[in-house]
Amino acid sequence: MSPAMELVCPAGSPAALAAALEYGADAVYVGLRNATNARAFPGLNFTAGALAAAVSAAHALHKKIYLALNTYPTSGQMRLWKESVDAAVVAGVDALIIADMALLDHAARHHPATPRHLSVQGSATTPAALRFFHERFGIARAVLPRVLSIAQVERLCEQSPVAIEVFAFGSLCIMVEGRCQLSSHVTGQSPNCHGVCSPAEHVHWKELPEDRREVRLNRVLVDRFDTGEAASYPTLCKGRYRHGDALFYALEEPTSLNTLPLLPRLAQAGVAALKVEGRQRGPAYVAQVTGVWRQALDALAGPRPFQVLPEWEAQLFHVSEGRQTTLGPYHRSWQ
Amino acid sequence: MKLTLGPIQYFWKRADVLDFYREAAGWPVHAIYLGETVCSKRREMRLRDWLALGEDLAEAGHEVVLSSLALVEAESELSALTRLVENGRFSVEANDLSAVQLCSERGVAFVAGPSLNCYNHETLALLQSCGMTRFVLSVDQGEAALRDLQEGMTRAGGTFPEVEVLAWGPLPLAYSARCFTARARNLGKDECAFSCLDYPEGLPLETRERQPFLRLNGIQVQSSACCDLAPDLESLRRSPVDFLRISPQAHGTGAVVARFEEALKSGMPPLPQGECNGYWHGAAGMDWIDAAQLMAGESREGP
Repeated sequence: MSPAMELVCPAGSPAALAAALEYGADAVYVGLRNATNARAFPGLNFTAGALAAAVSAAHALHKKIYLALNTYPTSGQMRLWKESVDAAVVAGVDALIIADMALLDHAARHHPATPRHLSVQGSATTPAALRFFHERFGIARAVLPRVLSIAQVERLCEQSPVAIEVFAFGSLCIMVEGRCQLSSHVTGQSPNCHGVCSPAEHVHWKELPEDRREVRLNRVLVDRFDTGEAASYPTLCKGRYRHGDALFYALEEPTSLNTLPLLPRLAQAGVAALKVEGRQRGPAYVAQVTGVWRQALDALAGPRPFQVLPEWEAQLFHVSEGRQTTLGPYHRSWQ
Repeated sequence: MKLTLGPIQYFWKRADVLDFYREAAGWPVHAIYLGETVCSKRREMRLRDWLALGEDLAEAGHEVVLSSLALVEAESELSALTRLVENGRFSVEANDLSAVQLCSERGVAFVAGPSLNCYNHETLALLQSCGMTRFVLSVDQGEAALRDLQEGMTRAGGTFPEVEVLAWGPLPLAYSARCFTARARNLGKDECAFSCLDYPEGLPLETRERQPFLRLNGIQVQSSACCDLAPDLESLRRSPVDFLRISPQAHGTGAVVARFEEALKSGMPPLPQGECNGYWHGAAGMDWIDAAQLMAGESREGP
């Protein structure tokens, strides 16, 4: 039996952190309140002081805090990113989640004792790419982009020089993380450089006759919704577009990734950690999702054959985008 | 500044690929990038075919670079990448970090392709230490980003690499595990029936109000709008840009090359023919910023 998989949960606020710790996260990942991380939303994230308090709270419960510093700094911004790494180490974080290789290099040279995790934004999908980061920057773990099938994850776990973390639940980026410019094409702001995707300040809702609505990101019409039709946030990859006369979700529907049915295979493969997406979500989401995944992981470690309970599915359903979930790229037919 | 011809992004019939390069052999482009960068199932051209073609183009006086797959997932793809890196004849455009690592391990010089993330001079220097000789800006990096890189490198006392910029063509915006072209035809990726062959410039997507928006190209998503930096000739000349990349299209690429060549020779920026240049100006990629009116602080929005 493989060692238990670590449950890594998101927190965008001290309240969400408290929820994650209370409901059974093994580790919580957070970001600083600046542009250094991929959820740089207004009002979200932790000040340096709040980060130190978060570390104390987690350590008192023998849990871990990871700091995500996973946007890419320009040369001119490098100082703020490096100072953020240094501050995080002083605050006592248990690991740094980094995408940029220069920042990994800085962390490895100046703080060798603090483990470095390769962010999903680092786009490493092969043993060779993992070797690149391991040999040069001594990463201890890599978070895999949401592009590999379960069989590919299994093979990669066998060949990886570092521990593997995969996404278990949450909003589904359907593009290779770190290599999607849809948002910057339309708004000038990207996950890579600005820590945002399809940012809210570019979203324009318009009421149409008969209770219909349309939504634009900047000037681009992302979708229209009929009376009574559930309207979703205009993330560009989840809009409805036309090809000829056909109107359809050309890239993906509003949906969330849910890998509960894959838990036994992920454990068997030797996956070290499971990541829940959602630092932008509130404490209620964090509590609900963390609770379900804690129960599932405990059940997996128990004596009985693992079964996904209907009440877990029901709870996750309520917090899922578009009220639907998918196995995403883990399942070959999705691809 | 010199011109280059980027790798063909689409899936064309073998005969069309060979016809294209038969013409391109006579074009005034310094370097020609060859190979499949989007999907490993596209096998009209095998590595030996690219190598043979490379010999012909090298014979015709062009620098030949073999471009690698942007998203490497399967072991078979990694093996193919290893064979590409070990070709023993031509340098490589590394389009993911697997390729960077394999080149570094084997001492093969490489061009850092546009799908690597290199946003600061320290990353540039790390890639140089792995064997990078030339750097292609990612689509979202423009004039200011390039200046930031150069200033950083100068302060650090490093040597700035050769720089190449995508100057013409639809913008490659994203890659996925999912094949969007197959999906648009209600086919699975494994049963794609090589649908990409039917869309030699990508499958066009419009918004619900019929505005052209994106092109689906297998697992890649491109902008519908064609990037055109020819009107920005002056700011390109002010920047440390060595190469302007033309991205091959099924029709009219020879005329595009001729237009750029004429602009370089005369020093006169031509009138716009493309639809976007926002990234070069630090704006949204889809925007059109009028270089001629920029001095007056005016711009018009793209389509």
